[in-house]
Parts: sequence; C-alpha cells; structure tokens
Amino acid sequence: MGSKQHDAIVVGAGHNGLVAACYLARAGLKVLVLERNAYVGGAAVSRSLYEGFTYSNCSYVCSLLRTEIIRGLELPRHGLQIIPYEGGCTMMRTGEHLAIYDNHDAMRRELARHSRHDAEAYDRYVRDMLRHCRFIKPLLLREPPDPTSFKPRDIRELLFLGRHFGKLGEARMYDTLRFFTMSCADMLDEYFESEIVKAHLAGSSIIGTALGPRSPGSAYVLLHHYMGSIDGAVGAWGFARGGMGAVTQALAASLTASGGTIRASAPVAQILVRHGRATGVVLDSGEEISAPVVVSNLDVRRTFLETVAPEHLPGEFLEQVRRFKIRGSSGKLNIALDGLPQFPAIPQGSPSTRGDMHITDTLEMVERAYDDWKEGRWSRAPYVDMLIPTQIDPTMTPDGKHYMSVFVQYCPYQLAEGEWTPARRQAFGDTVIDAIARHSPNFKDLILHAEIRTPRDIENEVGLTEGNIFQGELTFDQLLFNRPIPGYAQYRAPLKGMYMCGSSTHPGGGVMGAPGANAANAILRDLGRLQ
Amino acid sequence: MLTESEPHYRQPLRKTPFHERARALSQLDSFIPWSGYTTVDVFTSVEQEYFAIRNAASLYDLTPMVKYRVAGPDALRFLNRLMTRDMRKLTPGKVAYTVWCNDEGHLIDDGTVFCLAPHEYRVCTAEWQLDWFRASAIGFDVELREITEEVAALAVQGPTSCRLLRLAGVAGIERLKPFEHGGFELAADPAAARAAVPIMVSRTGFTGDLGYELWMQPQDAEAVWDALMEVGRTRAVRPIGSRALNIARIEAGFILPKADFVSAEHTLYLGTERSPLELGLAWLVDFHKGHFTGRRALLEEQRRGPRRLLVGLDVEGTKPAHNALLYTERSGRREAGSVTSATWSPTCKRNLALALVDASCSATGSEVWADIYLNRELVWERRMVRARVVERPFFAPTRRRATPPADY
Ligand SMILES: Cc1cc2nc3c(=O)[nH]c(=O)nc-3n(C[C@H](O)[C@H](O)[C@H](O)COP(=O)(O)OP(=O)(O)OC[C@H]3O[C@@H](n4cnc5c(N)ncnc54)[C@H](O)[C@@H]3O)c2cc1C
Repeated sequence: MGSKQHDAIVVGAGHNGLVAACYLARAGLKVLVLERNAYVGGAAVSRSLYEGFTYSNCSYVCSLLRTEIIRGLELPRHGLQIIPYEGGCTMMRTGEHLAIYDNHDAMRRELARHSRHDAEAYDRYVRDMLRHCRFIKPLLLREPPDPTSFKPRDIRELLFLGRHFGKLGEARMYDTLRFFTMSCADMLDEYFESEIVKAHLAGSSIIGTALGPRSPGSAYVLLHHYMGSIDGAVGAWGFARGGMGAVTQALAASLTASGGTIRASAPVAQILVRHGRATGVVLDSGEEISAPVVVSNLDVRRTFLETVAPEHLPGEFLEQVRRFKIRGSSGKLNIALDGLPQFPAIPQGSPSTRGDMHITDTLEMVERAYDDWKEGRWSRAPYVDMLIPTQIDPTMTPDGKHYMSVFVQYCPYQLAEGEWTPARRQAFGDTVIDAIARHSPNFKDLILHAEIRTPRDIENEVGLTEGNIFQGELTFDQLLFNRPIPGYAQYRAPLKGMYMCGSSTHPGGGVMGAPGANAANAILRDLGRLQ
Repeated sequence: MLTESEPHYRQPLRKTPFHERARALSQLDSFIPWSGYTTVDVFTSVEQEYFAIRNAASLYDLTPMVKYRVAGPDALRFLNRLMTRDMRKLTPGKVAYTVWCNDEGHLIDDGTVFCLAPHEYRVCTAEWQLDWFRASAIGFDVELREITEEVAALAVQGPTSCRLLRLAGVAGIERLKPFEHGGFELAADPAAARAAVPIMVSRTGFTGDLGYELWMQPQDAEAVWDALMEVGRTRAVRPIGSRALNIARIEAGFILPKADFVSAEHTLYLGTERSPLELGLAWLVDFHKGHFTGRRALLEEQRRGPRRLLVGLDVEGTKPAHNALLYTERSGRREAGSVTSATWSPTCKRNLALALVDASCSATGSEVWADIYLNRELVWERRMVRARVVERPFFAPTRRRATPPADY
C-alpha cells in the first residue's frame, strides 16, 4: 500500500479502537484499522471453538456501552441488540440462596427473607449508588482536565468539575470522595447486616481487580460496574445477542459503512517516529504504512514499551508507564453444555438463573480467595460470575444445548510454583468446575467442551498486558486525570500525531466505548475539525 | 426467616386479609400496587365511591400502611428525639399526626403515632422506615419491629360511620374523640355464627370527615368486613378504592408522599427535598421541646423564612390542573411553582389543587396562572388559567369533630 492514503491508523481492533475509528471516519478521515488477530474485537469477541457453539470468549456482560455511542454510530442498524438479565443469585453452602429479581416488590420480599432491615437498606444503597453515578457519569464522555495546565480548555474542564461537585452539596461531595478510596466491605457494612447480601453485592467490586473486598479502593470498582444502563435503567445488565462479538461486529460494519478499512492478521511491530512525530507503522511482515495520525488501542504498557522505540519518549514518562498497575487477576471458562444444569438451591421457575449466578456466600470467603492470589495461587474456592446466556439468547447454541460463561476471580498471571503449563491450566479449570459442581449435581456430566483461559492466555490472545481485563487497575491513583499517566490523561501521547484510545485511558475498562469516543474527539480537535 | 405461602417471583405482591372480599366486590378488576400489596384502585365508579365518603360511609382497606411497634424503657425519649412534635404530650389512648426529618431538616415521612401504654407505641407510616428508625435508635433502649402484616386495618369514613359502627355493635364508639383510640368489641352475631371480635379503633382518617380506623388481627378481618357490609347494606355503605380517597384527601388538604413531596431518603437530585415548613406543617414543629433531629436546620430555615410553600389553590374552570406549571402572570414569563395534586371537588364544586409556590406568591389571596393542557378529542389546547391561593383545608365539615357524632 502506498503512503498518503490514510489520514489515520488505528492500531488494534478492540471495541475502543473501532469506536475511535468510526468517529474519525464519520468526520471524513480515511481511517485504517490494523488488527493483530485474524478477527476483530479484542476482549469483546464471539468465537466458535466447538462445533455449533458460539462463546463470548472474554467479556460477556453488556451494560457499560454508552447509549450515546450506540445511537451515534447506529449500532442497532448494524445488528446490535442488548437484552436485559432477568435475575441473578448467590447460592449458599447451606443449600439456601439469595435471589435477585427485576421486580422491586419481589426483590424486597427476597431480601426480607434474609433480613427485613436489609430489604430497606437496599433501597438506600441503590439510591446512594445512583447518586454517585449521577456525579460520575457526566465525566465519562469528557476528556479529563490537566489540573496543572492553564490552557483555557483545561481551566474550563476544571471549572466544570468544580461546579459539578458544587452541585452535589457539601455532604454528598464528602460521600462521593470517600467512596473513591473506601473498601467495598466497609461500604457494605454501612448498609447491611446480612452476610449473604454483602457477599453478593461485593462481587462487582473485585471483578477484574487485584483487590479484595477489604482493600481500600474496591468500593469504586463496584460503582464502575454500576455505571451502565439499559434503556435508561441505570445499573441494569444485559446480554448482547450473539455474544459480545456482536458489539464489535456492529462497530466494524458501522466503520465500513462510513468508508473505513480494517485489516486483520496485520500485527503492528513498531510505530514509526520521525522528528518527534508519529509518521506511521511498520507491520511484523515489514510492510510500512504511513499516516499523520496513529492511534493505539493497546494498553499503555504494550503501546509504549513494545511498539515505540524508547529513544523517542521522555525517560520519566517511560518510568511511569513501567509502574502503571496492570496486574492480571482473572480467568475465564467458556463451557459448552449438553443441557441445562440443575441448581437445587434455586426454586423451580425462578428467573434467578437467567442472570449472574455466584457461589461465594460470605465476604470472608471472597477475601480468602484474594489471599490465594496474593500468594501466587489461583483461588481454591474462587469467586465466579457465571451465566447461561443461551436461556435467553437462542442464537448461540443448537436447540437444547447451552453455553455457560464463567468469569473467575482470582487467578494469578505468575504462579508461585512456576510457569503456567497446560497441566496447571487444566488444574485451574478443574478447581473452578469442581466448585460449581458442588452446587449442580449434573453439571460435570453435561460438559462437552471447555475453553480455559488464564491471565497468561488472555495476554497472549488479546494482548492485554498480564491479562488485566481493564488495561490497568481502576484505582483512584489511576483514574480521571491520573489515567493512564498524570499529565497524559488527554489521549495524547508524548509524540505529536500519536494518540491512545484503549481502556488504559479515562474512564477505563469494560466494554464502554468512552475511551475510544473521547480519543476521537481529542484527535478531531487537534486537527481543527472541532471547536 | 419469613416463610411465604407462594413464591414471590411469581406473585411479587401480597394480598391483604381483606383481599378475597375486595376481589369479590371489584367490578373493574382495577388493582394497584401499594407498599408490596395489591389493593383496589376503583371498585365500581370513582364518583359513587367518593360520595360514599361524603354522604354515608365507606370502607377502605389500609392494611398496607406500614406499621411499627416501638417499645421499651427509652421509647418516649427515642420518639421525642425523632419526631418534630412533643411526644411527651402523647398519653395512652391518644394518637398524634407528626412528621420526622433528617439533620438537614428535610422531610423523611409523615405518619401517626399511637400511644398504647407508657412504654409502648405504634407508628404508622406511608413508607418503610426501619432503616431510618434503627439508625435513629442508636443509644436508646428501644425495641423496633415492623408489624405491618400482623395488623389488618380498615378505615370507616363518612358522616354515618359512627352510626354504622354502632349498628355493628361497637358499643361506646360515640364517645371516642378525634385523635383518641381505644379497645372495642364488634358484638357477637349468632345469626352469622360470629363470636365477639376485639378491635382497636382510632378516630383518625385521611378524608377530613367524620371517620374511624379499625385495627384488628388478620384472622378477624373478614368477619369485621362482613359485619359492616351487612349492616350497611341498606345504608349506602360502599367499599372504596384509592382513587375516590384521593379526591377526599385533597379536599381535606392532606399531603401524600410521592405526590406532594419526595422523602429525603429517596431523592436523587439535590434541591428536591422538602422541609415541613415548606409543606405548611410548621404547626407540627415544636422548637420548645428540646433537641430533635433536624431542629437546628429548621430553626435556621424559620429565621430565613422558607423559600417556597405548599398552598391550596382554587383554579378557575373545571379542568383539574394536574402537573401544571404555575406563573406569576398570564404571559408565563416568570415561574411561580407547580401543582402537586389536583382534583375537581364534587362537594365544594371548586377546582382544587395543592401547589408548591414561591414564598412571594404564597399569601392567601395571591393570584397565579396555571398552564393547563386540554385534550379535546385528541386535539390539545393550552390554557393559562387564573388560580387563587386559598385557605386549607378546602373542606372541613364540623361533623368531623363533633362528639358524640350525629346519629344517622
Ligand atoms: C475475561 C474477560 C472478561 C471481561 N468481562 C467483561 C464484561 O463482562 N463486561 C465488560 O464490560 N467488560 C469486560 N471485560 C473488560 C473488557 O472486555 C475490556 O476492558 C475491553 O474489551 C477492552 O477493550 P479495548 O478496546 O480497550 O482493548 P482490547 O479489547 O484489548 O483491544 C486491543 C486490540 O488490539 C489488538 N492488538 C494487540 N497488539 C496488537 C498489535 N501489535 N498490532 C495490532 N493489533 C494489536 C488486540 O488483538 C485487540 O484486538 C472483560 C475482559 C476480559 C479479558
């Protein structure tokens, strides 16, 4: 391919790369997306690894994806449909369970079975989550200001932040600030007395995070997961019809429709730099492609430590990149099932299997699972977030068969006992399967195929450093104007013409699309295509 | 753990002890959820049900009203710190209407407190309060327990309500004064194979009329209902749904959570909380009784004067001003507030509304303009209609206070 054909190159066809590319293409730029794998999607992907079955290989819940993006990029027209969960549950070791229901009255009665007080406290909890979300949500689709800069835009943004905080009122402002640094366990203790209620809710605070429920900062992670909404229902979670790949397939179709190009199986080896300016890329194959704008969808570590030669970057910046916290802590099992597993704890006809199911019934148990990770082991009694989307989505398996997605917390990137081997990976998978089988007598017999993924596998296949699902921990020191690196929170790399658009940037991980959209905005502003 | 007779994921709403009776008489199958129960919105016709309240007597199932037992050596101290009124004046046999606030002086809820015995109270609230009450009980030796499903409640309201209860054999009911309660008995009826039924009766209600509220064990609910319907058969007694009651409560000028205010426990937006002073409930706030939750903020608000006030409006024309925005002038240039509840009053023959307005237009006699949308066979028209601030309650018949009540 000759030069000067492209106005911008996006490295990586994860959902954020695709979102950024879509906005650039819609603004009239000629955009080329280069993807290492033979398929697009990054961690938002649906693949078939077993005849007739489609898996959501990495991410599996769709709720964070910003409505503005779904609408603006016309994703429904390109095939995206999101269907809400019907319920959820935590099964207890006693054979009891806590169910989550959509219907508020049913939910109240369910909570009251465990604690009448908690049934009421739940409303207060939801109210406070919504109050915090109301504060944070408007910040998601904005480029964070640089608090040390005196540029008019930064000052404008700081004023916006200040005014925004001001509107909260003093008491609520303290609450929200406290929330950023608190542990999830402390936060839940302020509301609930029932262990099972706390254990269930704590799940969202540790997903994808190298923190335990008692670690400071874990409360914010919980909020991050609450930030989503479906059709205006804040905090609602849903399935993408056809698996999470439906999101990136729709993005790819939207991109193509607005004239963008995607090349799969085109791994980028280096971002080319001349006179302090990004000028294009060179592929593993040696092919060079030039463009005045290069956008990296890779996490900040991979971007700057592997695809840019160090002599082009400030030393201090590189040091901060090296220190960026991006620890892998999650594993994933994708299981093809010959039928629907039985869960004796869940009453017949209850909708609570048609959503997220869990098996850790105390905060203590979750914290112990974290202790294992700290010691370099996968959790012996892991926290799992498991779903059988095929009870709702008819497109992913043959009739009567089911697909189960099992997200596992915790699983280390580096084992204390040595390197990950196929045997150790299998042993990790067996631990998870055994844990689930304790709540489902026919589960093991139904397994037709299982894809077991450790953080190491996630790193190898998706390119997420250490397998960190969010491209970097979501702790306050790495959020807002600190994400990914203080001073570089505005999607611009320390090189002219180079930008970052992955989940390493504000507002962070999850299939949200906001980093991609904000990055496109920054690029278009620099090109003079926005005010 | 509570046990449920049917799985709540199939039947999220509970049935009150009067449910079977209500269902049998419901002609429209018009039920609505209320605090986790399914209750009747309209039995037959809103107008007919409304006139049962103002002309004869009505039965209204108020079991879903949330009820708490508050007992123990510190019960009074606890309640007195919680509530804005002086609870020390509440002696056994008395009931008080009161409100409670948070530290910012914002309204949490309103309700009634029954003093059953020196250390024993019952608090009836519109919304669940255990979370708030528990947090408020820190340091007090007091037992708090929700007893909503342990007590069935039936409001008997209307000018003939005393007579009706007497006919059903509730001896001595005519001596019960407003805001008093006592233990009574529904007389045995051998014809209906019914033994005497113990009931607690309070002279309270939400209609602004003569009326009583009956509190009983759930297993006695149907017997009480049957007895009242039987003696009322030829006396225009009717069961009523929430729609008819709502007209009567607006006439009486009573406020309703989620209609006229949102509890500060539920608000998401800042500035949507309300204080009792704004809602015209200053008479419930006793600054002289000593400390209570919200006192400091309310004192400060009283000093400044509330910025807006809930007032009664008499709106020209006959179209209820539901949700109308209010303006200071016909031109609609400056907003004056908004309507929170509205109804045409069949008794007063006036077009009534409760509205939250700027303090500057809250004086009786002030004039505001209501922006009303009229639907004429799907053709919408917008009208600016004059409205005048008038005294509340809009309707306050002397019979509501008379003891003994008129015997018809
Ligand atoms: C197991 C797992 C479960 C998760 N579950 C959920 C969930 O349920 N819900 C949710 O919202 N989020 C979930 N997440 C998080 C979410 O999926 C990620 O945060 C998000 O998908 C990251 O998107 P991205 O576009 O920023 O980056 P990525 O998806 O990481 O995209 C980067 C892309 O760059 C490509 N690439 C890498 N190196 C090169 C190179 N040299 N040249 C060219 N291309 C390259 C990669 O192949 C990849 O396609 C999960 C993540 C994982 C791993």
